[in-house]
Amino acid sequence: MAASLNGHSNGSGHGNGSASSAGAGTADIVARAQALFDDLSFTAARAWKDAGPDRKVVGYMPIYVPREVIHAAGFLPLGILGGGDQLEVIHGDAYYQSYICRIPRSTIELGVSGRLDFVDGMLFPSICDVIRNLSGMWKTMFPNVYVRYFDVPQNYRDDIGGNYYVNELSELMHDLGTLRGRPITDEELRASIAVYNENRRLVRALYDFRAERPWQVPAAEAYLILRAGLVLPVEEHTALIREYLAAAGAEERPKRDNCRVVVTGLFCEQPPLNLIKSLELAGCYVVDDDLLLVTRWLTEDVPLEGNPLQNLALAFLHHSESTAAKYEPNLKEKGQHLVRAVKRSGAEGVIFASPSFCDPALLDRPMLQHVLKDAGIPYIAFKYAENSGQMQPIREQAGTFADSIKLWSGT
Amino acid sequence: MTTIVTPKAAPAKEVVKDDSMVKQKEMMAAHYDRLTSASETGAKVVSTFVPGNLNELIMCFDLLNNLPEVNAIQSGLRRQSGAYVLEAEKIGHSEDVCTYVKSDVGMMAKGNIGPNGKKLPNPDALLLSYTGCFTFMKWFELLREQYKCETIMLHTPYMGDGKITPNMVEYMVKQIKEEVIPKLERISGVKFDIDRLREYLKKSAKAEDDLVHVLKTAKNKPSPIDAYFGGIYYIGPIFGAFRGTEDAIDYYRFLRAECEARLAEGKGPVTPDGDMGKERYRLVVEGPPNYTNFRQFWKMFYDEGAVVVASSYTKVGGVYDLGFRHDPDKPLETLAEYCLGVYTNRSLPMRIEMLANYIDEYQADGLLINSIKSCNSFSAGQLLIMREVEKRTGKPAAFVESDLVDPRYFSAANIKNRLESYFQMIEQRRAGGRAAA
Ligand code: SF4
Ligand code: SF4
Repeated sequence: MAASLNGHSNGSGHGNGSASSAGAGTADIVARAQALFDDLSFTAARAWKDAGPDRKVVGYMPIYVPREVIHAAGFLPLGILGGGDQLEVIHGDAYYQSYICRIPRSTIELGVSGRLDFVDGMLFPSICDVIRNLSGMWKTMFPNVYVRYFDVPQNYRDDIGGNYYVNELSELMHDLGTLRGRPITDEELRASIAVYNENRRLVRALYDFRAERPWQVPAAEAYLILRAGLVLPVEEHTALIREYLAAAGAEERPKRDNCRVVVTGLFCEQPPLNLIKSLELAGCYVVDDDLLLVTRWLTEDVPLEGNPLQNLALAFLHHSESTAAKYEPNLKEKGQHLVRAVKRSGAEGVIFASPSFCDPALLDRPMLQHVLKDAGIPYIAFKYAENSGQMQPIREQAGTFADSIKLWSGT
Repeated sequence: MTTIVTPKAAPAKEVVKDDSMVKQKEMMAAHYDRLTSASETGAKVVSTFVPGNLNELIMCFDLLNNLPEVNAIQSGLRRQSGAYVLEAEKIGHSEDVCTYVKSDVGMMAKGNIGPNGKKLPNPDALLLSYTGCFTFMKWFELLREQYKCETIMLHTPYMGDGKITPNMVEYMVKQIKEEVIPKLERISGVKFDIDRLREYLKKSAKAEDDLVHVLKTAKNKPSPIDAYFGGIYYIGPIFGAFRGTEDAIDYYRFLRAECEARLAEGKGPVTPDGDMGKERYRLVVEGPPNYTNFRQFWKMFYDEGAVVVASSYTKVGGVYDLGFRHDPDKPLETLAEYCLGVYTNRSLPMRIEMLANYIDEYQADGLLINSIKSCNSFSAGQLLIMREVEKRTGKPAAFVESDLVDPRYFSAANIKNRLESYFQMIEQRRAGGRAAA
């Protein structure tokens, strides 16, 4: 099955930047990723679906779903992340009060305006009450779509949370098998795990490379390359990252006197691309972040031998990212992932950028800040919305932060 | 979110206090005294949440149950929550997040004084019953940071597909058996006795029967109760620290007798200004109330002869009217099913169906939503709920906005205007209906 996802870059409607074209420069590669990012009609995913009679597309929202299971069915997993700053929200506001974040209303807009009419299934992960309730709204508004609220355990014992999660995964696997008309086999799932292992390795390589030489990998480029992975078939995305890494490694770009920061809080509603660019323009190299966590949620390769569902479950329990939606059972460990990210990436400070009205990010923030304070790591904080237009205040704040870090490290 | 008001806030100018009111007042006062004297008596305290409140289990370990949501409500009713919320914002909490959390955090920062004027004890454990609201996890992580005490996670899966699966129950039972119980044994020094749990559960079911009977009296015309403003008092003992006690059985027995007597006399609900006048509108209400201006809000209803005949908020600590009872024959499974079934753990389609059914069964004129700024669990999706319920029942719906305990978000004039237009709309529909007939 996995093989059938291969080799359809032409069908994506973006023939120019085909993953196999050798020696493309970063500009071409990034342009292809930017085109995918800008396309609010999901032309590439539609084209992928049209290329075969049995093809189906399953959408998912942040923060994490096991895309391997969707892939194993031969379907295209499609990341849905709201509408960004280019989508005009006409209907969405009628579904949400002013004090609820932006991403659900622009996601509803995508649905109501027909932009997702080719999507056969939608997964709403366990991240917060807003996306949880959106799962029920989707069921009510789009009764012909397969909709599942995808729960994950908050108990990390193999025999408790692990068992529960294996059963949840096998329900999902069963449902998607039904959608395809033929059960998904363990062999298919193993093959998909292998494909995603490779993709995650490349994503980690991209992050490592950027942490090492951030002037070679501007934050906005890293984001676009990563984001392409939410619409492209995974095999194409892996090739895209590989190609980008080769191109970025070959190009010398001027190194600026920027400070190095980790940005956190961006795990759900997306910041405008301009915001990411502004940070760098203001003097901050982004050396780590929590954007698009689904692309590297599992921090180690998932073993291929043995029961694949069990393997996915154990990876979730013991080798996955930390974030606000996940319970940290150990008080001493709370927030340490951020300290480790700072150390690993050689960052000098942390920027908390959180969506307005985001309870998970904003309630977690003071606890993370206390941990940073104890570790002597400086930070600043601000809020954004996916359609924030005014970057001046953020640029000023980030600029002052960068200056103070440089001053501080100079003394 | 959530409940429980001491009858202190349910004054009765010309009203003779009913036995149930006196009883509840005594129960709450004694409970707060037990809590605030814990350091002298050596009693151990566990904090937990109203949805997913495992009171029977907590009692098995001789632990005292402290409910921060209830403390936030008390602060709201006493008009202290505004200052607490500001205090929390001053120490770094965002203006955007749930004010229950901020009221609690601010109260702690200002000395943690309970409704009886004495300091509330530090908890010996936080039982993070993670049911129906994602904010609960952050709330108790924040408290854990402060108190550095044992924190016990009990994760309740969400009923996203509108059903409780065996996998969900098994997961919860295992957590209760292998995580919650051993930890509570260790903290309390009391060994778990399943027969003791069964006894408490038996008592719970008895009180639950009477509560359901009371709630269902609202099917009568006129309704002898208000199932939202009044209902908030009625659910106090069973949602709080009394489920499974003799006290709760007595309270609900008194209450049931009182409601039956009112029914027999053809009386409407008791309000803070005495008996309500003629019943003119029958409403179903979705969403929590505002506590900082609770009486003012209620008055806007009873002054117009509007009575709430059913509400969803009074189901956040258990949906007993749809049949659930604690079952002593399967003690751990029943606790799991209880958590799984609470209102805020139900999918949006389930909520729509429940509200639409209430409108039919209680012969209501329509649905009113009080949308709470703080509460994503309740509020996200309410505008769709409103439209769907209108569509299914053909009855008009209305939408007002306020907050639970942040007085900055209560705009009396706005709410009153909306309610007045809503009542007019109901009148017009009725006139239209008569004309068409
Ligand atoms: S931005 Fe925050 S509150 Fe909004 S849907 Fe995402 S996690 Fe939930
Ligand atoms: S978000 Fe709602 S349910 Fe959760 S703690 Fe706040 S008020 Fe209660």
